[in-house]
Amino acid sequence: MADPANGAAALAVSALTKNFSGLTAVSAMSFELARNEVLGLIGPNGSGKTTVINLVSGALKPSAGAIRLYGEEIGGAAPAAIARMGVARTFQIVRMLPSMSVLENVMAGGVFGHSRHWGDDLRDRARALVARVGLAVAGETPVSALTYIDQKRVELARALIADPKVLLLDEWLAGLNPTELKTGIALIEALRGEGRTILVVEHVMDAIRSLCDRCVVMSSGAMIAEGAPAEVLADAEVIRAYLGDADA
Amino acid sequence: MSAREWRNLGLAAAALGVVALLPLFDTGYWLSVGVSIAMYTVLATSWALFSGPTHYISLATAAFYGIGMYIVGVGIGVLPFAVLVLAAAVAGAVLSAIIGLATLRLSGVYFVIFTLGLAELVRQLVAWVQATLGASSGLYVLTGITEPMIYWQLLALAGLVYLVGWRIGRSRLGFALRIIGNDEVVAVHSGINTARAKVVLFVISGTVASITGAILAPRWTFIEPTLAFGAMLSFQVVIMALLGGAHRLWGPLVGVIPFTILSDVISAKFPNQTTLLLGAAFLLIVYLIPNGVVGVLETLARTRARENG
Amino acid sequence: MDIIVVGLLLGGTYALMALGLQLQYGVARIMNLANGEMLVAGAFGAFWLYSTTRFSPFLSILFVVPLAFAVNWAIYRVLLQPLVKRAKSQGHLEVDSILATFGMAFILVGLMLALFGGRSFEYLYLAEPVEILGQRHGLNRIAAFLASAVLCIALALWLNRTRLGLSLRAVAVNPSAAGLVGINVAAASALAFALGGAVTAAGGAMISAFLTMDASLGVLFTMKALIIVILGGVSDIRGTILAAFILGLAETAVASLIDPGLTLAAAYLLFILILLVRPQGLFGRRGT
Repeated sequence: MADPANGAAALAVSALTKNFSGLTAVSAMSFELARNEVLGLIGPNGSGKTTVINLVSGALKPSAGAIRLYGEEIGGAAPAAIARMGVARTFQIVRMLPSMSVLENVMAGGVFGHSRHWGDDLRDRARALVARVGLAVAGETPVSALTYIDQKRVELARALIADPKVLLLDEWLAGLNPTELKTGIALIEALRGEGRTILVVEHVMDAIRSLCDRCVVMSSGAMIAEGAPAEVLADAEVIRAYLGDADA
Repeated sequence: MSAREWRNLGLAAAALGVVALLPLFDTGYWLSVGVSIAMYTVLATSWALFSGPTHYISLATAAFYGIGMYIVGVGIGVLPFAVLVLAAAVAGAVLSAIIGLATLRLSGVYFVIFTLGLAELVRQLVAWVQATLGASSGLYVLTGITEPMIYWQLLALAGLVYLVGWRIGRSRLGFALRIIGNDEVVAVHSGINTARAKVVLFVISGTVASITGAILAPRWTFIEPTLAFGAMLSFQVVIMALLGGAHRLWGPLVGVIPFTILSDVISAKFPNQTTLLLGAAFLLIVYLIPNGVVGVLETLARTRARENG
Repeated sequence: MDIIVVGLLLGGTYALMALGLQLQYGVARIMNLANGEMLVAGAFGAFWLYSTTRFSPFLSILFVVPLAFAVNWAIYRVLLQPLVKRAKSQGHLEVDSILATFGMAFILVGLMLALFGGRSFEYLYLAEPVEILGQRHGLNRIAAFLASAVLCIALALWLNRTRLGLSLRAVAVNPSAAGLVGINVAAASALAFALGGAVTAAGGAMISAFLTMDASLGVLFTMKALIIVILGGVSDIRGTILAAFILGLAETAVASLIDPGLTLAAAYLLFILILLVRPQGLFGRRGT
């Protein structure tokens, strides 16, 4: 049983590798996400960050290596099983359930996964989370009528209603204008304050500095640095990975 | 259950009761129209229970229907009719479970392709078995079952299908199916065992189709493979369900009634053009009313509400 | 031995129609359920030419191919492109294109019934037997096989050596990326669909040289083409050709050793096996 009470790390990734017929997208990654920690997974485009998220959530199967959720092996398991064990995620390109309402979209995460409810109980929880993520629209609004950031809020609420042990945010702040970005960062900051365990893939440097307890930097599938945001972002190797040799 | 739901349930039961009176008024042309409408309503509604939310287009109806019909054809006189209907149900359930487990884990395309040739495959197998056993290619069905009895059995089955569909619609399974139909990636990441949900609904629709075939068998005195496994049936069922609207429980009924009457008229007046017109009907639906008549009505209602509100 | 030769001859002619479908599904992303009807139409074209002008079916390709190309181009632009624009996702497009091509299949069958009637037709062309390895085979089968082989090789070379062929292959691998490197995806899809239809019709003309055809056989051929394409793996021509041979051999083996009425069952058996064991096909890559 993946139990936070035992001493194991929330997420323990060891020698994780993913090959796509000739291309190594993730190469022997090893890192740990501790309970109540916010870990940033950063790196230039194409470095394999979303692939790592996909491997953890079960969307992809590892070619080698292990992924453990509080000591329980989840690498290679079906996504539905991993979701039931307590992993919830958002997607790089937001995925709405287009024919359903805001409330139904949120409810979808709370019936079959880690947290299972139904009926009025489910509805109340969904409503509470809709308010929690700052969505000020009626629950019955069709999700197709929402703005992009509101859809992102819905997706976040859908992940939260599952009461996940580990939350995976795949570039959740991408595509937001400066005002939306401030609200977005504040929202994740609040989640962090609640004690949520979060693995964040991000490009927005401000967010990384303010939100993450630690960072893991990837480049071309491999880990090149690990540590507190300030020191990692000043690391010469990291700068070279992002900007190329001329600016290191 | 709310007061409104009790009222709807009562209205539906009353409507069923009224419709059941038909054989008391006519046992000729109108009764046979009634039997056709009842049959297609059962088939189209149970089809839509699966294909509506999941968008997996099943063309397998004729295969299950034919199997049910053949089981009665083979066993009549040997076993009681009720036992044969039960056997048809079991056969339909087993076959649909096998097909579902094999194809529903994969994308919808494989499923459609598989069901496309299924009726033809079963027909060939049945014909081969009969030829190998030295039996004639047709079966005589001689029973005391009258057309009104067939009609009432179909109505009872229709009532059952509606009841089951209504319960599923309000259940977790129904919610899961709608999520699957919207975005299967989200469904899977929400913890839904998508394969199981799809298979359960497919088995329901396959079993109902087999039972229907069994019930209809006594309508003919002589059954041949081409009659029992006529592929047209699959296509007509799909058209009627889509015409009415496959996303609502009572949608297919809206499509069945006009289409049955219309195709009767057309095959009488233009017997050589039925295939052509069927294809045209398909295209019209896909392009102009993809959500069926019910979808059009709902859009109109929404627009009017927005203008008034 | 006889089974093997006949099976290979049959498979070679199947390869052509399967390649047509592969172009339509792999590049244009249209699951064309009317593919078999297009094949039968090609067969009818060859038959009509032969019975009116005694034109060899192999020469009739010169007439059938451009006509089929134009018709399929029109079908794509008028009927299918609106669906492509309307679809919100790949899955949505697949469902819509299945239903639309399904309707098209009916219309094609209806048209053929109106033009040619419901009876089956066949014609005798090059039906003289030829000896291969001690067994006699119809010259028509051999000629059909050779002609199909030539066309398949030509198509493969065109896809792999020309720029236009490269653009089609790029769209097959990743439509959005292909668009980003300057390929006109809509035009490439239309070209692929039209070319696929033309290739299929040519296959039909070949097959008519040695098989009895009638207007209702479309569904059977659609099934075979679909099974071949899936068996081979949607992305690779070599897979399709290999799968076509496998199907031809399997059908011939079953027809000779068990019963000629079970050929479809043999095809379905292959289909189920590949779906259970290796759904991406022999040469396909597992989807991510």
